[in-house]
Amino acid sequence: MEIFGIPSQALFGQLLIGLINGSFYALLSLGLAVIFGLLNIINFSHGAQYMLGAFVAYLALNKLGLNYWYALVFAPVVVGATGVIIERTMLQRLYKLDHLYGLLLTFGLALVIQGLFRNEFGASGSPYPVPEVFQGVFNLGFMFLPKYRAWVIVVSVVVCFSTWFVIERTKLGAYLRAATENPSLVQAFGINVPRMITLTYAFGVGLAALAGVMAAPIYQVSPMMGADIIIVVFAVVVVGGMGSIMGAILTGFGLGLLEGLTKVFYPEASNTVVFVVMAVVLLIKPSGLFGTQK
Amino acid sequence: MSNEITTTSNPVNRTQLMAFGVMVLFFVIAPLWVYPVFLMKVMCFALFACAFNLLIGFGGLLSFGHAMFLGMAGYVSAHAAKVWGVSPELAVLCGTLSATLLAVVTGLLAIRRQGIYFAMITLALSQMVFFMCLQMPFTGGEDGIQAVPQGLLFGTVDLSVSMNMYMFVLAIFLFGFVAIWRIVHSPFGQVLKAIRENQDRAISLGYDVDHYKFLAFVLSGTLAGMAGATKALVFQLASLTDVHWSMSGEVVLMTLVGGMGTLFGPVFGAAVIVAMQNYLAQMGAWVTIIQGVIFVLCVMAFRRGIIGELANWLRKSL
Repeated sequence: MEIFGIPSQALFGQLLIGLINGSFYALLSLGLAVIFGLLNIINFSHGAQYMLGAFVAYLALNKLGLNYWYALVFAPVVVGATGVIIERTMLQRLYKLDHLYGLLLTFGLALVIQGLFRNEFGASGSPYPVPEVFQGVFNLGFMFLPKYRAWVIVVSVVVCFSTWFVIERTKLGAYLRAATENPSLVQAFGINVPRMITLTYAFGVGLAALAGVMAAPIYQVSPMMGADIIIVVFAVVVVGGMGSIMGAILTGFGLGLLEGLTKVFYPEASNTVVFVVMAVVLLIKPSGLFGTQK
Repeated sequence: MSNEITTTSNPVNRTQLMAFGVMVLFFVIAPLWVYPVFLMKVMCFALFACAFNLLIGFGGLLSFGHAMFLGMAGYVSAHAAKVWGVSPELAVLCGTLSATLLAVVTGLLAIRRQGIYFAMITLALSQMVFFMCLQMPFTGGEDGIQAVPQGLLFGTVDLSVSMNMYMFVLAIFLFGFVAIWRIVHSPFGQVLKAIRENQDRAISLGYDVDHYKFLAFVLSGTLAGMAGATKALVFQLASLTDVHWSMSGEVVLMTLVGGMGTLFGPVFGAAVIVAMQNYLAQMGAWVTIIQGVIFVLCVMAFRRGIIGELANWLRKSL
C-alpha cells in the first residue's frame, strides 16, 4: 500500500518516531512553561536535567539493581531534590534582577552538569534495556507498534493532561495561576509563595527527569543527550507561546509529528523544519500560536 | 539588564583614551614576548565579544546565537580565498557582508520578541544555520574548509609571514573597536541605551524602537562576521566549531567576565577565556566545567565583570 507514493510502512514508521519525539518535546516544553509561568526564567539546564533523569535510571539499574519501575519514581524525586537545592541556593537570589540572569545561571549549571558527566562516563552512549513487559510489538494490521513506544506515548499524554488538569481545574492550580499574576497579593492571603515557587521548580525539573527515564531505552543514555533537544524545545516553546499549558503540550506533539512527516517527504530538512516553523510563526503571530503578548 | 551595567554615556573622555592607548601599545609590543598566533586568536575573539557586547551591553538584547555570524562569515571568507582565489582583504569583505545579510534576515525575525524570547529565537536560528552548514556542500560538512590560502594583501604584502598577518589582524581589530566606540557615543548609541533602560518611554518619545534594535542587531552581526572572516584566514580553517551553540555561549561568557556594557571589558574577557582554554586544553571536559563554574560565579556574585568592577572602583567609565 502506498500513500502519496510513499510506502505506508515507512510513512507510519516515521510518524511514530515523530510522535515519540513529540512526546518528549511536549513533556519538556510543559516543564519549561510551568517554570516560566511562576519564576519568569527560562530553565536552560532543562536538557541537562533530562539527561540526569536518564542517568539516575541507568545508575540505579547498574549499581543498585533497581529496575525501570523504581527509576520512574526515583529519578524525578532525586532530580527534583537537586532542583530544590538549585532554587533555594541560587535562583532565589536572582528574582529581583533582570530575568536574563536566570537564563545565564542555568546555562552555566548545564555546562557544569554535562561536563561532569562527560568526564565520568565519556561522550558515547550506553544502552538501557527495554523493561521486559514491553518487549515485543503490537500488530496493528497496517504497521507494527513496539510496545515500549506505545507506553511512552500513553504516559506522556496522561502526564501532560493531568498536569494541565491540576493547573487549570483544581484549587492548587488556581493558587499557582494567581501567584503567576500577582505574587505579593497571593502572599497577603496567607499562601507561602516562596515555597510554592521552589516546589514548582522542583516539579518542572522532575518532569524533565521523568522524560529522561522514558527516553533511556529509546535513545542511548549519554551526557550530551539533552544538549541538542533543548534547543528544539526552545523553538517549540516560541511556536506555542509560553502563556498556555495546553499550547505547550499541543505544539510539542504537533511539531514532533511534523518532523516525522518531513523525514518521509524531504529528509534533508528534517533537522531544520521546527526552526522554519518558528520563523514563519514569528512573522505571522509573534506571540506564538497559543500565546498572548505581554 | 538595567541596574547592573556601568554606562559609558559621556562623550569620549580622557580615561577611555588612555585605556585605548594602553591597549594599542600592548598589542603592538606583546608579540615580542607572547606567541603571535595566540594574540591573533585573542584579537579575533575580542572583536567578536565587542560586537556581541554592542547588542547586550548597549541595546539590552541578549543574543544566544552569535556563533552563526562568526561561523558563516568564516565559511564564506575561507571559500572566497580558497575557491574563488580572491585576495585576503576581499575575502574578509565577502565574509563580513555574508554576516550582514544573515543578520538582516535573522534580525527581522528576532526583534519581533524581547528578553528571554529574543535569546531563545536567536539560539534556535543559529542552530538552524548550524544544520545548514552541516549539509551545504560548500562548507565541507564535518571536515570544514581546510588549508585556506592566506594570500597577498592588496597584491603585495605576503600574509603567510606571521608578523604581516599580525598587523593585518590588529588593524581589523582596531577598526572594529573604534567603530563600536563611535557607535556607542553617537546619537544612535544614546537612543539604543535609552531603549535598554526603558523601552516604553523611548516609544513614547517617538522613537521607532524596532528600527533601532534592528540596526543594532545588523551592526553587531556584521562586526561579529568580520571577526569570523579574519579568524578563518588566521587559522586557515573554517569549521563547524565556530557555528556551534557552545561558541555562542562562549562569547556570552567572555563578555560577562570582562564586563557587560563596558567598552574594554569584552577585550579583557576574551583574553582571559582564550588564555584559559589554551592552558587547560589538555584537560578535556574540565574546560567546560570550569567555564560553567565561572558562569555561575559571575551571575551570582560578580555581575559587573572585571573591567566593570574596576570602572566602578575608579568611578570612571571604561
